Amino acid sequence: MKKIKELFILFISMFKIGLFTFGGGYAMISVFENEFVSKKKWLEHDEFMNILVIAESTPGPVAINMATYIGYKQNKIIGSIFSTLGMVLPSFTIIFIISLFFNNLLENKYVAAAFKGIQACVIFLILQAGIKLFKKMEKNAFNIIVMSVTFVIVILFSLFNVTFSSIFYILISGCLGLLVYLIGYIKNKDKKEIKEKKEEE
Amino acid sequence: MNIYLELFLAFFKIGLFTFGGGYAMISLVMETCVSKNWLSEGEVLNFVAICESTPGPIAINMATFVGSSQGGILGSVCATLGVVLPSFIIILIIAMVLNNLLKIKGVQAFIDGIKPTIVGLISATFVTLFLSTIFSISDIESTQFSFSYQGLIIFGITVLISLLYKKIVKKAVSPILLILLSGILGILFYAL
Repeated sequence: MKKIKELFILFISMFKIGLFTFGGGYAMISVFENEFVSKKKWLEHDEFMNILVIAESTPGPVAINMATYIGYKQNKIIGSIFSTLGMVLPSFTIIFIISLFFNNLLENKYVAAAFKGIQACVIFLILQAGIKLFKKMEKNAFNIIVMSVTFVIVILFSLFNVTFSSIFYILISGCLGLLVYLIGYIKNKDKKEIKEKKEEE
Repeated sequence: MNIYLELFLAFFKIGLFTFGGGYAMISLVMETCVSKNWLSEGEVLNFVAICESTPGPIAINMATFVGSSQGGILGSVCATLGVVLPSFIIILIIAMVLNNLLKIKGVQAFIDGIKPTIVGLISATFVTLFLSTIFSISDIESTQFSFSYQGLIIFGITVLISLLYKKIVKKAVSPILLILLSGILGILFYAL
């Protein structure tokens, strides 16, 4: 009985966050902290920061990553299922209902015109997201080169109708990051060995 | 291929390769929907506007919306499940056995390598969308060059307002406010 109550609380907490937080994952972080660190005291602040780093560096929506992790901490796998479900359900329900009458809505002349205007605004929102990530990015040679090359190739390929999935850019750059790290690692190791040899002599 | 399976797999891939928050996935969603002939660029932009103005993570909202448009309720369940599952599995693995996964230097180097690409991808998505929406240039062979001065004006006004707002209120303007405003401008420019 106690377990059912715990799962219910987990589900409801996530449901509330999913229902009342606008603007995606990043807006949710402070809400998460408020709910689980300050109010419910399920997590210590340090532990929360740890989970946040994991949620941000692993693929997928940050909010889902957080929900899954916190759910697992509280009640193992069944906890993570209830927690994630709670986070997804409000979005799912609201968007599904909207999707049912969205096409009919667009048949209205004024609504269609409004959305034509909104499209220009969404393009700006995408630009804004790019600028925000750019500001957060560390400006070293590797990052600037990879960013610029991706930028130019994506635009050229799109103009010349070459199909090349974004997934490949992501995989290639991940491997490049790994390669640069390994080269640095081997170089350092060599230096160390030379040093050690000299010291031996 | 069965549309439900196709939705599930497409969004599974999107969930697996989304790094860096909701907007990072838009280039992937755009590319998937357009190449599979599910939606046009404009339709995806409409969906983004709705997803930004409703609560919840953008990724979930987009998956549900695209899924529903292509396969009704079952389609939206498949797409949403697809986008959630990679996160769910990876986080569970980390929480259960690989607590130190992210502390492995090689894994960290891989993730760090991805970050600049995401910035490049989003910026390039902006440029291609800007060209196709404002100038109707979708590729080099586009012959019908048409300039939408209304689109450019609305774009300019949103840029101006967000800059002014930041200067005066010292806070980023809410995207919902910008979306509402550009909707009103859209009615003024296109319907009246």
